[in-house]
Amino acid sequence: MDESRPIFLQIAEQIEGDIISGALGEETQVPSTNEFAAFLRVNPATAGKGVNLLVDEGILYKKRGIGMFVAEGARARLVAKRRDQFSTQYVRPLIEEAAKLGISAEQLADLIRKEQTA
Amino acid sequence: MTAVVEVDGLTRKFGSLAAVNDATFRVEQNQIYGLLGRNGAGKTTLMQLLTGQQFASEGSIRVFGENPVENAQVLQNTCFIKESQKYPEDFQPRHVFKSAAWFFPNWDADFAAELATEFRVPLKRKMKKLSRGQVSAVGVIVGLASRAPLTFFDEPYLGLDAVARQLFYDRLLEDFGEHPRSIILSTHLIDEVSNLLEHVLVIDDGRIIIDAPADDLRGSATNVVGPAAAVEKFVAARTVLHRDGIGGLASVTVAALTPAEVSTARSAGLELSPVSLQQLIIRMTTEKEMEQSA
Repeated sequence: MDESRPIFLQIAEQIEGDIISGALGEETQVPSTNEFAAFLRVNPATAGKGVNLLVDEGILYKKRGIGMFVAEGARARLVAKRRDQFSTQYVRPLIEEAAKLGISAEQLADLIRKEQTA
Repeated sequence: MTAVVEVDGLTRKFGSLAAVNDATFRVEQNQIYGLLGRNGAGKTTLMQLLTGQQFASEGSIRVFGENPVENAQVLQNTCFIKESQKYPEDFQPRHVFKSAAWFFPNWDADFAAELATEFRVPLKRKMKKLSRGQVSAVGVIVGLASRAPLTFFDEPYLGLDAVARQLFYDRLLEDFGEHPRSIILSTHLIDEVSNLLEHVLVIDDGRIIIDAPADDLRGSATNVVGPAAAVEKFVAARTVLHRDGIGGLASVTVAALTPAEVSTARSAGLELSPVSLQQLIIRMTTEKEMEQSA
């Protein structure tokens, strides 16, 4: 876990990641808060906060007496959200680092193309 | 939220020394608290006060709404696992577990037996013949299997190896999930337990200097590293928790930064790194010595 950010956010992101990758399919049950807590070795209340964040966003939903499930359409919504964050999280730091090293935008684009075909 | 412990203006003096000095805090029900601080900071005295083993010089203590001193109702709901627990002569672990059942209404003998196997505690050997780690394991087992609504672990793992400590953390979390209760864990191994804690109390020189949810403390400080001139310019108007440097490089710990400040720092070529709970506490509890030596 990353020390700089609240753990519950990291847990929510981890579950989101599993939904995006397909490891957690839509309409399948997700592990319970206690199972998450035991597996990730964090306080159950913290794991609960992470799960509840996703319930508030409609990514997970509760079936009374059964547990937590991945909502229909969750994956598409998460992908859209991550695309929105893509430029601040990945592209901007990339450009800043490139600028430090004197790599021009054109050279950067070439590097990306080269990596993609490699 | 319901408080199981309410402490107001609590002071305990030994002669002229205030081991606990004007402490005011609450412990909420069904949360895991970390009680952290340096040797001699007052952690054990505070726990002794909360379990009726010491008397307050000033201030008030309410545990389950009542004064804990000689209060059976409070004490049978409280379990205090000490670093240096003494056992009667000739006691074996099985005797310890058997007598624990008399003191703790929620005692789970099956769970205790299971834990004894996992921690490899020989049930029929005299306590004084056990290794230091095995004695600690007996304490940990009593603390877990008693399922007391308020459980104190005061440095429970003297001599416990890394495997046994991990086992303790795992079983604590599992059992806490199934049987929520209030747990106060006092330890020096802050990095090991920081993810288990929901709330952190830091005591230094008898005073409570931090009383905050663990999530708020996480990310509440940042190390700024870079060329000394650039670092000093960036931190100029801030509260500096710690300063370090080598040659032309400086490393300064400051309070949390906003995303805008983070990008200002990055574009100024400064490296930012998170400060762990352990580092934060070291910074905050060594501040005074730093000022004195400065």
